Amino acid sequence: MPPSRRELEQFGVRPEWSTVVEVPSHNGATYAWHVLQRPGSSEHAPVVLCLHGNPTWSFLWSRLFHELKSDVRLIAPDQLAMGYSENIGPRSYETRVKDIEDLLRALNISAPIWIVAQDWGGALAMGYAVAHPQSVAGLVLSNTGIAIPQGRRAPLLIKISAASGLHQFITQRTPLFVKGTPLLPGHALTKVQRKALAAPYKTPYARRGIAGFVAEVPFHAEHPNQQVLNNVAEQLPHLNMPVRLIWGAKDPVFNDDFADDLMQRFRNVALHRIASAGHLAVLETSIASLVEDAMRENPIQKQPAVSLGEPEPLWGRLENSERAHEIAVNDAAARESVTFDEFAAQVATYAQELHQQGVQRGQRIAVLVPPSIDLIAVVYAAWRIGAVTVIADRGLGLRGLGNAVRSARVQHVVGSQKALLAARALRCAPHATFIDLGKLHGAKKLESLAEVYAPQPQPQDLAAVLFTSGATGPAKGVRYTHQQLCAQRDALQHLYGITNADRFVAAFAPFALYGPALGICTGLANMDVTAPRTLTAQALNEACESIQATMVFASPAALVNVLATAETTNTTALSKVRLVMSAGAPVPLATLQAMKTLCPQAEMHTPYGMTELLPLADISLSAREAVGEDQEGTGGVCVGKAVNGCDVVVAAPHSGRDVQPLATGVTGEILASAPWMSDGYDRLWHTQNSARPLREEGKRSWHRTGDVGHLDHAGNIWVEGRVVHVIYSVEGEVTPVPLEIAVESIAEVQRAAVVGIGPSGVQQVVVVLETLTGKEGEASPELTAKVRRVVTPQKVAAVWVVKDLPVDIRHNAKIDRTALANKMSTLLSGEK
Amino acid sequence: MKVLVTGAGSLLMREVAIALATRGEEVVCMQRREAHFPPGVRVHQELGDITNLEAVAKAMAGCDGVVHGAARVGVVGTWNDFYNTNVVGTQNILAAAQTQHVPRIVYVSTPSVAHHGLSLVGADATPAVTGHQRAYYAESKAIAETEALNANSNTCAVVAIRPHLVWGPCDTQLVGRIVDRAQKNKLAMVGSGSALIDSTYITNAVAALVAAVDALQVGATCAGKAYVIANGEPRTVRELMQEICNAAGVPFRPKKVPLSVALAVGSLMERVWPRMGKGEPPLTRFVAEQLGTAHWFNPRSAAQDLNWSPTVSLDEGFAELHRWFLEQPRPLPL
Repeated sequence: MPPSRRELEQFGVRPEWSTVVEVPSHNGATYAWHVLQRPGSSEHAPVVLCLHGNPTWSFLWSRLFHELKSDVRLIAPDQLAMGYSENIGPRSYETRVKDIEDLLRALNISAPIWIVAQDWGGALAMGYAVAHPQSVAGLVLSNTGIAIPQGRRAPLLIKISAASGLHQFITQRTPLFVKGTPLLPGHALTKVQRKALAAPYKTPYARRGIAGFVAEVPFHAEHPNQQVLNNVAEQLPHLNMPVRLIWGAKDPVFNDDFADDLMQRFRNVALHRIASAGHLAVLETSIASLVEDAMRENPIQKQPAVSLGEPEPLWGRLENSERAHEIAVNDAAARESVTFDEFAAQVATYAQELHQQGVQRGQRIAVLVPPSIDLIAVVYAAWRIGAVTVIADRGLGLRGLGNAVRSARVQHVVGSQKALLAARALRCAPHATFIDLGKLHGAKKLESLAEVYAPQPQPQDLAAVLFTSGATGPAKGVRYTHQQLCAQRDALQHLYGITNADRFVAAFAPFALYGPALGICTGLANMDVTAPRTLTAQALNEACESIQATMVFASPAALVNVLATAETTNTTALSKVRLVMSAGAPVPLATLQAMKTLCPQAEMHTPYGMTELLPLADISLSAREAVGEDQEGTGGVCVGKAVNGCDVVVAAPHSGRDVQPLATGVTGEILASAPWMSDGYDRLWHTQNSARPLREEGKRSWHRTGDVGHLDHAGNIWVEGRVVHVIYSVEGEVTPVPLEIAVESIAEVQRAAVVGIGPSGVQQVVVVLETLTGKEGEASPELTAKVRRVVTPQKVAAVWVVKDLPVDIRHNAKIDRTALANKMSTLLSGEK
Repeated sequence: MKVLVTGAGSLLMREVAIALATRGEEVVCMQRREAHFPPGVRVHQELGDITNLEAVAKAMAGCDGVVHGAARVGVVGTWNDFYNTNVVGTQNILAAAQTQHVPRIVYVSTPSVAHHGLSLVGADATPAVTGHQRAYYAESKAIAETEALNANSNTCAVVAIRPHLVWGPCDTQLVGRIVDRAQKNKLAMVGSGSALIDSTYITNAVAALVAAVDALQVGATCAGKAYVIANGEPRTVRELMQEICNAAGVPFRPKKVPLSVALAVGSLMERVWPRMGKGEPPLTRFVAEQLGTAHWFNPRSAAQDLNWSPTVSLDEGFAELHRWFLEQPRPLPL
């Protein structure tokens, strides 16, 4: 019996989708299938077949049915003996593959189809694709598998469910399995969704199919399905169709191991790993745009190979006879330093030892070493032997760091005993070998890099996976090749006129890694790396003093604290630097101006860019002062002109691969392209496709920065906020930053955030403030009036004061306007 | 054009009659008691009850359009009272329009016909629904609106206009009550006062109804549809109440009442108060919901289909209200 109209409506399923199809079976019988069907907009609409697994039913695809573009025909059957399809006895894997053939024949579908499948449905989809490769246009597989991955035991949860004694109890006689599966994703599913998933399985009789389904999973070699599945698995490498994986990373059953297993089996395959989702990722998150992306007929966007010649390797400037006895790296916190000679020997020693510990070219290694000479030496050692360094800084928070490392699937972890224990506890590197830093310390000393016999990497080999700050969602891994890092080094050298005479203090650890590649003396300041705002003027001055620094890099939050602690401190060493750089978050003009008084000889520069592409643009303090206010567009923060060699264009956001430049002065998304741009995203094919639209033949693709802004006639870039923070009001699109700048001109306002609430297209603007008095709640009528006055003609629905705006942990400066908008929506709805 | 305006005893409909007459239309007003118009405004008054079909047909004779705003409002009265005025009255308008061959009817409705007290955020004018339980006004208006829109045909075009929370000088419903309660130091603010609600300055509401008369004809985009009218400037309840008090020159010292309490008290009052014969109760469930949850709308379709957008901003409206209060004979309590 199919579900009633009322039930379907309660579950959010359109009643007209629910159909019962009488399907003549290959065995001569006729079975009644319950099938959710959404017709396409035309007769020739492409068909997507959705196959659910155990213990769910076609409701699993309800979200896709609502969200997938309407010109696709969707068919989601309840498997026989499952959901609301005919409750016949147990069926074998092979029979179920034939059942799919029966169903498609009954529905008169002959053109090649896409199959989107999850769990056991995925195994069936693979079986069908192997049996009918010509009938399948492509596969989208989510949290499934065809075989137990090598070196891994069967998933414990399923094994328990299938254990002979417990099997009937868990799967059929009690609703444990049915109720338990939707709980796996935690709170990601709503109560209604959980109720809907369990709806057809209320009685032990109704759960017969579930028990049968579990029994089909082969856990031992003698299982009748084992050989069949093995045969399918062996055929997978011969399939040419595109296979796209959508993986909920929190799935305790079909975890990363299964994803990797499938990655190795298919020819044309890519993985999109969703860190926040679990086993039922297809229902927990919106996958429609991924399915649409997969169905487009083009391969995963790869950077067109643009040769940069044979660059000087990253470690190329470590051995320099003229400077052998000059300081290469100085650690002000540990009061240690090494000369170039010593540092090169240390890198050589570590490289050789890592190689002996089994680290091979192309393998990934997480470097869990706090900022120190050791950290820099280990990274360069890994680069020398062609290992891919996975660098997640503590600025992501411990959990963020664990998730980041886990997402990169490292083969090795190197760190102190303590760090390795933490890595084990966080389970962020399953199957990895753990290399104790002490082993590197105790290794046989080499004198020079020439003695390392491990092979060197090629320029196009992967060198590093870095992580975005994750201000909007989980941190994303960003891949860099050796030649891209080399190009980045050269771009920085050009931009800031760096010579051998320069000495560099990095008060933001990842930046210290560039020093040795540039061949300049590098100093680390004494600070808590997890909290940049703890950098004191004294610590910075000492770091500069000990190497007679000429250049300083510090994050904006760090500069603010340096200024706050400068009054009582000797800042002689600071007064001698020629260049101060600050980036990572918007740097207020006043901060730079105050810093200029501390470093009167220095040029103050703010490079603009992101983890994926840095530097994109640059502006000096004097240039910023000269530019003044925007005359051509809607205002914002001027981040300067594009760096030499970097192309920049402003285009409509969300325009996919169609990049049409907008006129100067018109606000859109900022796109850029440069030789030092990262290779792309790690294990995120959909993000890669959307963020990297291709340009004409032979040119590097664009990178969508996710920032909105405009260009002026002089070529200056004005940044107005993030794409995801644009407000779509009745009057048009509103960018937050220009309004925030206006509001921050009010004396009692410390910091402002402008957000939109309500449905896109009719959003109302709400201004949220941190004030000097800090009394939380609706702003006073006087302050509200002031805010409305400075943002005229923009309409403002409400002005609110909060104690602290939500900011990222790394820079303490990027406001999470999405979270803030959600909070204000609730507050201003009156429902709470 | 000759236009029949019903319910001109109310502020909004009287202003509509004046606006139409001022721009040169021939206006017939129908209401139970004689309404007062400023000197120089030429309006013909047909006194009568809209529950009387003959009277309605007589008033409508020769008209090219009807703006039907006569209604029973508030909470006092039996279901029959509401049904007769709001549903039967509207049925009479529709029937008379057919016999008199009137080609256009603008039905003055309310956003509450479509909603049950949930918060509305950028909402569209969804179809009217029934099941408002004890809210006789919303229930009867919903039935009437549905019947009116169903009567839209290729001989007579019907549009439903739902002005949201109309206020301005002379308004006794919203402004009058808030100022009265504030003067008595009995002003209650439902919930945290943080719900965003939109409202309509009287001039804008009048202009919207006139625009509807102009836009409406058989086959027009707006025919057979409902539109919510508002200023498009939602404000928190607290700010709205405060601005009204400021305009009136009365102190703003609200007492906070939790939404749940307000709903319970409102619900009780709705049942008890009418039997005490004291007129409208100070708080009803309907008012509690209106002031306790967000109410603001998508203005796009009204702007496009009626070729109307608000011309008087909230700030200008409050300034106008203040000027009006200053002109009033009674001394301001400041």
